[in-house]
Amino acid sequence: MLTEILFYAFAAVLIGAAIGVITSRNPVHSVLFLVLCFFNSAVLWLLIEAEFLAIVLVLVYVGAVMVLFLFVVMMLDINIEKLREGFVRNAPLGVLIALIVVIELYYVLWVKRLGVDVTGGVAPLPEGYSNTQAVGAVLYTEYVYPFQLAAVVLLIAIVAAISLTMRKRPGLKTQDVAAQVAVRREDRVRLVKVAPEEEK
Amino acid sequence: MDNLLSLWNGLTPELQSVIVTTLQIVGVMLAVVICVAFLTLAERKVIGFMQLRHGPNRIAIFGLPFLRGVAQPFADVIKLLLKEVLVPSAADKKLFMLAPLIVLVPALAAWAVIPFSPEFVLADINAGLLYVLALTSLGVYGVILAGWAANSKYAFLGAMRSAAQMVAYEIAMGFALVGVLMAAGSLNLGDIVRSQEGGPLAWHWFWLFPLFVVYFISGVAETNRAPFDVAEGESEIVAGFHVEYSGAAFATLFALPEYANMMLVATLAALMFLGGWLSPLQGYVPDEWFLAQSSFFWLFLKVGLLLFVFLWIRATFPRYRYDQIMRLGWKVLIPVTLVWIAVEGVMVWLKIGPWAP
Repeated sequence: MLTEILFYAFAAVLIGAAIGVITSRNPVHSVLFLVLCFFNSAVLWLLIEAEFLAIVLVLVYVGAVMVLFLFVVMMLDINIEKLREGFVRNAPLGVLIALIVVIELYYVLWVKRLGVDVTGGVAPLPEGYSNTQAVGAVLYTEYVYPFQLAAVVLLIAIVAAISLTMRKRPGLKTQDVAAQVAVRREDRVRLVKVAPEEEK
Repeated sequence: MDNLLSLWNGLTPELQSVIVTTLQIVGVMLAVVICVAFLTLAERKVIGFMQLRHGPNRIAIFGLPFLRGVAQPFADVIKLLLKEVLVPSAADKKLFMLAPLIVLVPALAAWAVIPFSPEFVLADINAGLLYVLALTSLGVYGVILAGWAANSKYAFLGAMRSAAQMVAYEIAMGFALVGVLMAAGSLNLGDIVRSQEGGPLAWHWFWLFPLFVVYFISGVAETNRAPFDVAEGESEIVAGFHVEYSGAAFATLFALPEYANMMLVATLAALMFLGGWLSPLQGYVPDEWFLAQSSFFWLFLKVGLLLFVFLWIRATFPRYRYDQIMRLGWKVLIPVTLVWIAVEGVMVWLKIGPWAP
């Protein structure tokens, strides 16, 4: 009962936030609504006792990805009116994608689980069951190669991003920390003997 | 009294647990807020003594001479709450008022999974460590929003600096925690403490010393404390992200979460590296003595010690330059943690030290 009330409350906020993402005029507000969306979906995951996924969603998407998103959106001066010009032209495509998603959801909820009550929640997990452990147990044994592969792909992306920005440009002023640390007193300080000024 | 008791017994068990939990939550929050109040006083006193000053010594409780300055935090809070909250005319008003709350809520919510003693923890969840990490990464939103919504250049610059710094140090912090959970074999904070049974040398600080140092430095940086407080560098950008805030909004945006986060970092360091509520005299004095038993007081003592180090650092180190902060985070701390995780992996593999069978 309580779970259902919580589910509908958070689901309502989730849908409201999702509508906010596409309707708000300010891109920063859109990003924040998206953060709210992620947060609410994490709560929905918590409700079906998938606490590891929920926390990782918050940690990765809300804590890292969206911060960078917000960062970029704040720095860019986005012209909303220009973005809205293409709305009518692109609307049919959007409607088509929305329809496909709705049909897929319908398929998952109705056709695949025909006769099963999907709104009643899942069976409670046994006492002492650790979600985190369960994920780790399959991730590092059965799926270790795909997991490693994903890690390598991410690493390549990081290296590529760094190498794009780290190119040598003419006129670039950088600091050589080693040289700064290695500097000695003799390089910087020069003692000058000044003869005292005598009064005449 | 009897009426109340019968009323209590008449409630359903669910309702009873809801009421008990709510009271516990309120109790923990009040304790945190009161500790924050006195931590601000302790900070001013400690830094005062280190700089050969007295610190606050005027506002006493009941005029008692030996309690001079003790009521200073209450005077500060009353002053801040009574001041007018100014909103800049060009600010994004909703976000401007929302930002302090976004900083405050994670700073308080993270305390839910902290085990204060062997018996007492609000929510004993399996992935406690991840929960704390996830919540502390949310605080950065408040800082960014505060800087952006104020529509001021200084505030915005402070927010940008703060965001980059927090993202950088969060990685080092996360890696340090990976080492801890490798050693403890659990993400539950209570289990992490229990895995350190057996005297001070069995605590994780000994075998994970580099990670302990990295965690503590990252903790100082995460909380935007000196010497990493470039987000509010007074000499360069006035006061950074909270320059436009005043009154109660300033108190909740800046003072309360900063100190609550400091205490959180110190508590986590105590739990993960210094054995939490375990006694340092375990095995050295008879077991039935109070000194050898696990209790909340040991945790309190350890947290107090770490908080003192926080204040000590603030009083003694000059502020880092911004590029030096980034260099330290990315090029020093992260490689150190990576190397030590590899070393730890070898130790676990060869079953050396605490991993001996």
